[in-house]
Amino acid sequence: MNVITDHLSEFGDGLLLTVGLTLLSLAGALVAGVVVAAMRVSPVRVLRAAGMVYVETLQNVPLLVWLVLAVFGLPEIGVMAGLFTSSVVVIALYQGAYTAEAVRSGINAVPVGQGEAARALGLTFPQSLRLVILPQALRTVVQPLGNIAIMTLMNTALAAAVGVVELTAAANRVNLAEARPIWIFVTAGLAYMALSGAIGLATGTLERKLAILR
Amino acid sequence: MGDRMIEVRGLHKRFGDHVALRDVDLDVARGEVVVVIGPSGSGKSTLCRCLNRLETPDAGEVRIDGAPLPAEGRALARLRADVGMVFQSFNLFQHRTVLDNLTLAPVRVRGLSRAEAEERARELLDRVGIGEQAGKLPAQLSGGQQQRAAIARALAMRPKALLFDEPTSALDPEMVGEVLDVMTGLARDGMTMVVVTHEMGFARQVADRVVFMADGEVVETGAPAAFFDSPASDRARDFLAKVLSH
Repeated sequence: MNVITDHLSEFGDGLLLTVGLTLLSLAGALVAGVVVAAMRVSPVRVLRAAGMVYVETLQNVPLLVWLVLAVFGLPEIGVMAGLFTSSVVVIALYQGAYTAEAVRSGINAVPVGQGEAARALGLTFPQSLRLVILPQALRTVVQPLGNIAIMTLMNTALAAAVGVVELTAAANRVNLAEARPIWIFVTAGLAYMALSGAIGLATGTLERKLAILR
Repeated sequence: MGDRMIEVRGLHKRFGDHVALRDVDLDVARGEVVVVIGPSGSGKSTLCRCLNRLETPDAGEVRIDGAPLPAEGRALARLRADVGMVFQSFNLFQHRTVLDNLTLAPVRVRGLSRAEAEERARELLDRVGIGEQAGKLPAQLSGGQQQRAAIARALAMRPKALLFDEPTSALDPEMVGEVLDVMTGLARDGMTMVVVTHEMGFARQVADRVVFMADGEVVETGAPAAFFDSPASDRARDFLAKVLSH
């Protein structure tokens, strides 16, 4: 056990960075996802096409490739950003593609009549999306969004590969010093499980609270 | 001329190979109640939905109070705000209370203050007899109450005309009367109405004019008494024989 207690501060710092990466990327992914989903259902063809290109491009290249590309490629074109910031932006945009697809399926699950009633009352398309469709769509996709949140948490571990010392990288560093991989990585694993357990609980509570009576 | 609220000229609409509307003309005067009847698939709902462009016609023109219906965008939204619509399946916003259903568009589209909109909404809910249900969600109401709330929601925009697309077809029989009563009251108050319905009693008693459609065409139109007692066309006679025989 000493390998853990001796390095609590390293584990603690890593855990904090992991939580930070997760929360910030998730917030970004939600914004990107809602915007892109709205583009994909808009009556404007150019927006629909742009939304589709976004989703296909982001989803069809591995996250690790995007991370490496951003960290090494962006400085080449003169964009200087910290490792943590670059990782947050890349993970947010990547998870945003998945979020967009979940939100879009929620939008498609809202009965057509809801949008027709909104438009018949004189609401513009953006208004009916914002005030009538999206509030109902988001409530139906709480569970898939929870899964995306857990996936985001797990994917933050890839930031270790580009030099962000989050939980996995911290564990790896401790292991280089102590050479006790089982103790060290089981501890890291348990910490991830605790975090995703918390996300799962939050998802369940939200889903019960937001359920729509039909 | 100036007294026409709705003018329809040469309306065509097809869905794939199926022709839903074939060269339809229709005039509705200010304050007039026009009831559109006909067999299912005759295009009457499509006609109703073309009047506020929920369905985009392939050809032809619709004018509301003299202004041609814009193709899309803000101008269309503004015009739609003046034409209320009541749907077969109510389409109340499921995530909002009945009161919020009534205040949403007046606040967001007409720019009313929340207080004004709520005051008007409560008056309207009282008028359709469901004032006590204001704080409930739509799913907690009966079908008849939901449809009355939907009528109140349309009225909250103070529309120039109201469209009804089979407003009682999804209701249990014992709830049809309460909705027709509200509609009859509106007709008496001088609201311009286009009503697509299978309720022949309502057509006979409340309509100023009956429009009979079949196969996407207006086959016959006339005063209800004349139409029901001595229809001019074979198709209308045939239809009435089927719906009035029991």
